[in-house]
Amino acid sequence: MKYILMMNSAGKGPYQIARWPEGDIQRHIGFMRDLNQELQRSGELVGAEGLAAPDQAKLVRAGQDGKPITDGVFPETKEFLVGYWIIDVESAERAYAIAAKASAAPGPGGKPLNMPIEVRGVMSAPPPEYA
Amino acid sequence: MTSGTSPAAIEHLLRELAPQVLGRMTRRFGDFSAAEDAVQEALVSAAASWPVEGLPEEPRAWLTRVAARRMVDHVRAETARRRREQLVVSLIPPEEQLALAADESEPSPQDDALALLFMSCHPALTASSAIALTLRAVGGLTTGETARGFFVPEATMAQRISRAKQALREAGASFELPAPEDAVRRLPSVLHVLYMIFSEGYSASSGAALQRSDLAFEALRLTRLLHAQLPQAAEVVGLYALMLLTDARRTARTAADGSIIPLDRQNRALWDRSAIAHGVELVSQALSGEAPGPYAVQAAIAAVHDEAERAEDTDWPQILALYDVLLGLSPNPMAALNQAVALAMVHGPQAGLERLETLGHDPRLAQHHRLDAVRAHLLDRAGDTAAAATCYQRAAERTSSLPERDYLLLRAAHLRDRADG
Repeated sequence: MKYILMMNSAGKGPYQIARWPEGDIQRHIGFMRDLNQELQRSGELVGAEGLAAPDQAKLVRAGQDGKPITDGVFPETKEFLVGYWIIDVESAERAYAIAAKASAAPGPGGKPLNMPIEVRGVMSAPPPEYA
Repeated sequence: MTSGTSPAAIEHLLRELAPQVLGRMTRRFGDFSAAEDAVQEALVSAAASWPVEGLPEEPRAWLTRVAARRMVDHVRAETARRRREQLVVSLIPPEEQLALAADESEPSPQDDALALLFMSCHPALTASSAIALTLRAVGGLTTGETARGFFVPEATMAQRISRAKQALREAGASFELPAPEDAVRRLPSVLHVLYMIFSEGYSASSGAALQRSDLAFEALRLTRLLHAQLPQAAEVVGLYALMLLTDARRTARTAADGSIIPLDRQNRALWDRSAIAHGVELVSQALSGEAPGPYAVQAAIAAVHDEAERAEDTDWPQILALYDVLLGLSPNPMAALNQAVALAMVHGPQAGLERLETLGHDPRLAQHHRLDAVRAHLLDRAGDTAAAATCYQRAAERTSSLPERDYLLLRAAHLRDRADG
């Protein structure tokens, strides 16, 4: 079963990695790299990406002529997707266990962040036959 | 070298030879894990060179030679790495070692393939590891082909295979044909792995799903191989029949755009008549034994569907009776749902709906989308269009299959439009 694990952060939430001391940032990056390697070694990783900072983000709509209209001003309280993993695991419980692990990534002072991780099923099952 | 062999024929040959070469290598060198890697490398290099240079005179000997060379390289590298001179490494060239083997009373290539199948479906492995190892070690698929079938990166699939090997080492699994009584005991896990590969592959025939139909093909091929070795095992016969009878409908169950066509609306002219005839013959054989197992009974149900010229000719009382037998053998919530459909076809939708009420108390089914999908189907038959639409909608929200979600959403919309119109 495939799941996507989405790590969200409020614009002014705890995940303001850029403002942490160097040692904390290094520990955090190391944790994420180890987690990805662990998932790769266990044969469960389908893909993982971290996303660029939200201040680079644009909201795009099609205008009347079909051309893009961009909008880049977000309220500071808005939640953003920071990064995601797609995993292929034996059970939902295993997906939750991995999410919990990612959630406890070390933050300032090495304290676990306990970030909320949204776990969603990926529509990848083969269809059954209908009588 | 003989030229003019098609790439498809070469691929077919490689898959057939893979377990034979691997069996030989494992017996000669005693290290399954390294032998498996070596054979994989030999297969990859054959797949690259044979289409260009033509088929070697003796393809199996060619593969064995290349794999043995890789194996020796591997052993030498290991020795150097560990600086352990006494590590078992014979000075006899690998070609000669393997030539010696032919004089001994060695097991047939088919026995080797069977031993590999039992090993790859070892109960110590997780489902996904067993599937990965079975397809590569017994099926002769490359890691990349297996990875594409399951839509995961090649590196991830490679890891599953090395973890499978590690789990086998830890479990002390040995490469040998299980004794007959052990074979009987371990057969269910082998059949389960083959059936999982088949179900994953028994899918649409378009777009991304195309690769999955290869998995169904591989599952059928491996089950045929198992059946050729154990023709008397009733559940092997049953599973082989079930696959043939289900796969016979493959081209009819999906539209060109990949959407699902339910059984009662399939173009039965597209069904594979010769596969059906073969399956039916096997079913009669499996059922004539003393105690038919769940696969044989499921195959019998598939046979009843396949033998109906039109959907309305389906012998539903017989299907209902077979579900009674199946549930007596192995209580299974999905089979119970299908039985409710059969019940509705024989005694009317109300009878089916009442059965669903009872089944809804089963915690494994209460939240399952199939319960709502079947309920919707029966409510529609009972004429309660609005309630049917609601149930289809709810089922659509819970499935994890994209084609199934589309099918359920469209059914719901169709019924809503009909209610409004």
